[in-house]
Amino acid sequence: MTIAVNPSQTGEPVFYLADEHPHPEGYSTSLGFWIYLMSDCLIFAMLFAAFGVLGANYAAGPAPKDLFDLDLVAVNTSMLLLSSITYGFAMLTMQQNKIAQTQMWLAITGLFGAAFIGIELTEFAHMIHEGATPQRSAFLSAFFTLVGTHGLHVSCGLIWLVTLMVQVWKFGLIEANRRRLMCLSMFWHFLDVVWIGVFTFIYLLGVLR
Amino acid sequence: MSPDLLKLIFGRLGLESLPLHEPIVVGTFVVVALGGATLLGGLTYFRLWGYLWREWFTTVDHKRIGIMYMILGIVMLLRGFADALMMRGQQMLAFGGSEGYLNAHHYDQVFTAHGVIMIFFVAMPLVTGLMNYVVPLQIGARDVSFPFLNNFSFWMTVGGAVLVMASLFIGEFARTGWLAYPPLSNIGYSPDVGVDYYIWALQVAGVGTTLSGINLICTIVKLRCPGMTMMKMPVFTWTSLCTNILIVASFPVLTVVLALLSLDRYVGTNFFTNDFGGSPMMYVNLIWIWGHPEVYILVLPAFGIFSEVTSTFSGKRLFGYTSMVYATVVITILSYLVWLHHFFTMGSGASVNSFFGITTMIISIPTGAKMFNWLFTMYRGRIRYELPMMWTIAFMLTFVLGGMTGVLLAVPPADFVLHNSLFLIAHFHNVIIGGVVFGAFAGINYWFPKAFGFKLDVFWGKLSFWFWVVGFYLAFMPLYVLGLMGVTRRLRVFDDPSLQIWFVIAAIGAFLVFLGILSMLMQFAVSLLKREQLKDVTGDPWDARTLEWATSSPPPDYNFAFTPVVHDNDAWWDMKKRGYQRPLTGFRPIHMPSSTGTGVILAGLATAMGFGLIWYIWWLAAASFIAMLVVGIGHTFNYHRDFDIPADDVIRTEDARTKLLAGVK
Repeated sequence: MTIAVNPSQTGEPVFYLADEHPHPEGYSTSLGFWIYLMSDCLIFAMLFAAFGVLGANYAAGPAPKDLFDLDLVAVNTSMLLLSSITYGFAMLTMQQNKIAQTQMWLAITGLFGAAFIGIELTEFAHMIHEGATPQRSAFLSAFFTLVGTHGLHVSCGLIWLVTLMVQVWKFGLIEANRRRLMCLSMFWHFLDVVWIGVFTFIYLLGVLR
Repeated sequence: MSPDLLKLIFGRLGLESLPLHEPIVVGTFVVVALGGATLLGGLTYFRLWGYLWREWFTTVDHKRIGIMYMILGIVMLLRGFADALMMRGQQMLAFGGSEGYLNAHHYDQVFTAHGVIMIFFVAMPLVTGLMNYVVPLQIGARDVSFPFLNNFSFWMTVGGAVLVMASLFIGEFARTGWLAYPPLSNIGYSPDVGVDYYIWALQVAGVGTTLSGINLICTIVKLRCPGMTMMKMPVFTWTSLCTNILIVASFPVLTVVLALLSLDRYVGTNFFTNDFGGSPMMYVNLIWIWGHPEVYILVLPAFGIFSEVTSTFSGKRLFGYTSMVYATVVITILSYLVWLHHFFTMGSGASVNSFFGITTMIISIPTGAKMFNWLFTMYRGRIRYELPMMWTIAFMLTFVLGGMTGVLLAVPPADFVLHNSLFLIAHFHNVIIGGVVFGAFAGINYWFPKAFGFKLDVFWGKLSFWFWVVGFYLAFMPLYVLGLMGVTRRLRVFDDPSLQIWFVIAAIGAFLVFLGILSMLMQFAVSLLKREQLKDVTGDPWDARTLEWATSSPPPDYNFAFTPVVHDNDAWWDMKKRGYQRPLTGFRPIHMPSSTGTGVILAGLATAMGFGLIWYIWWLAAASFIAMLVVGIGHTFNYHRDFDIPADDVIRTEDARTKLLAGVK
């Protein structure tokens, strides 16, 4: 049997690091969070698939044309997209170490996010009031679950945002907090991307159908 | 108290929920309660609670978490196997007008619990435990990427197991079969708590599994020691990487399916109902999109174990390392393209069935390549028939048989005859026991000396091996015969007396397996008593090849005093051959993560929330959920999660090892 010897090794082979530096804190965090986002993406993929299968099963109940108010959805969508832009501003100011401005942009992001949730809840309440409940048909079950899951994610993002604002306020823009803001940034933009899918496939194509 | 108030406090939980009318369950409860009381009393008497809490429950050390996973798997194996014995007994007796000793209500819970427990709470913990223990050592890392998350994942798995166990004594378990197909599992046909136990046990445990998958992927991708390129990783690490990718890419599907089923049950939505546009068939599709990769999640690490064992005990480099890696990756991808073969009879049409039949058959090609690689590794090797190698050979014989019946089932016309028959039951036990269980036992026998510093007793090990292997064949070959004769699965009573003899043989086989399990427990006990004789101080009792054998047994908290540098696939073999000298000076402080109790608390709250949701105790569910948020967010305010092991401690540990090693030579 031959042992492959590293050709760059001359003389005594090195088998251990005598002068070792531990991995910096949070060394794997971005990768880990990215993988988590992909697993979350699968959750949405499954919900989209369920909607794809059940989306036309109205069970003699209301159809998208009867329910969706595209003007309201347009306002809602712009709330979420604007919140993504403002989050970007927060990250830019974070890079420049400007705590107050970072906090301000985070707060504005939070307000846009809250507005998005508020409009969504209004829309839901309106639909339920008209009798278009999640129990009415498989289409509505799939609709409420997909859009609701997205809304739940945004709500979790809001709780996270507030937590991070408190932590930045208490501990400043230290390395750990920058990393956390970065993760939330990925999460927030990810929800934006998912919403583009919801907007296109559920609302626009739904009204066309 | 008024009934309304009682309902507010206890939901639908009442005295009548306790199965006092089932003598078997009451008997079990008495035994479990006595055993539990003895254990808890003993722990209190010997003042072990503090030790357990500090050193084990709150630990973030991947080695201890790995060991705890193994203990969970073995304890749950006893429960799952008790269910198996009950089924074999029932089917052996229920002939000629006899109803057997299990009523339908109880029997249906038994076969459901058996499947759920064996897959989720035996096979998964055993596999995850071995990966947790071995992977960081094999790649020369100090711990996993996210040590706290690792602890949390383990306790979530325990939480799921606790819910399943609770269903035995409080209420009942699902009576739907292990995948809980609707409409049977929907609220109309299963109004009781059984399916809810099923849902929440799997959801709680599933969170843990997904997070541990993310954790191990990051560990393997980011924390390999210098020199260990992807194609120099040990095969077990490779299979672990693929398994964890499968976990992350499939468990979210299970999460969604179960969430939709719970919406149907709790809210009254129409995903899987028969009316209002729901589609029960979508459930079957979705759950198998998770379910088939799950099979490979279990068996790939076992393939990795066999690769390590074959190469070590043949004294040779693994034959065809590169093809082994590619075969693993190909299996990973193909595992997503075969799910429909679980329900050819659904009627998707000839073209769809052909597609999935062919992809299923294609999977046998990379698997066959692996088989030949192991054979060629053994060819002209100096094979040592130690226990891990014996399990490996039993695997090779058994798994090939199971694989061939699998290819048979992959032919759609044949499947129309064999679907849901005992032939199918024999097939998947053939591959899961022959592959995953034998693999876990090979791994336990192989790595036990690494974890504890002494080998396992050979006599009881061999006894266990022979009982298991002979018992397996006696238990499952009759089921192939019965399946070919058309006997379907999950039957409780039989009319045709000519079938009885086969069930008697199968029951004898199951009893032999029972002796095999007892022998294994004896093996652990005897080895513990004889630990001085079985002691290994070298850290490398098998003359093995990969990095985990380069450190002491058991390894120190920090695994390696200095991070290794790797030049070859078989890193430790290379080091031994090239005269590696263990460093004796120059030790430095080592940065390590600190223990934390947050994981235990969060998982405990998640379990309480699951219990509240199962019994409609809404205040409990809401309170535990809010408490989880508070504890979870509170945990993020702790920024100091690491500490340094002082250089003096490292020197003391390493000097002790130097003395031990000097004593050997």
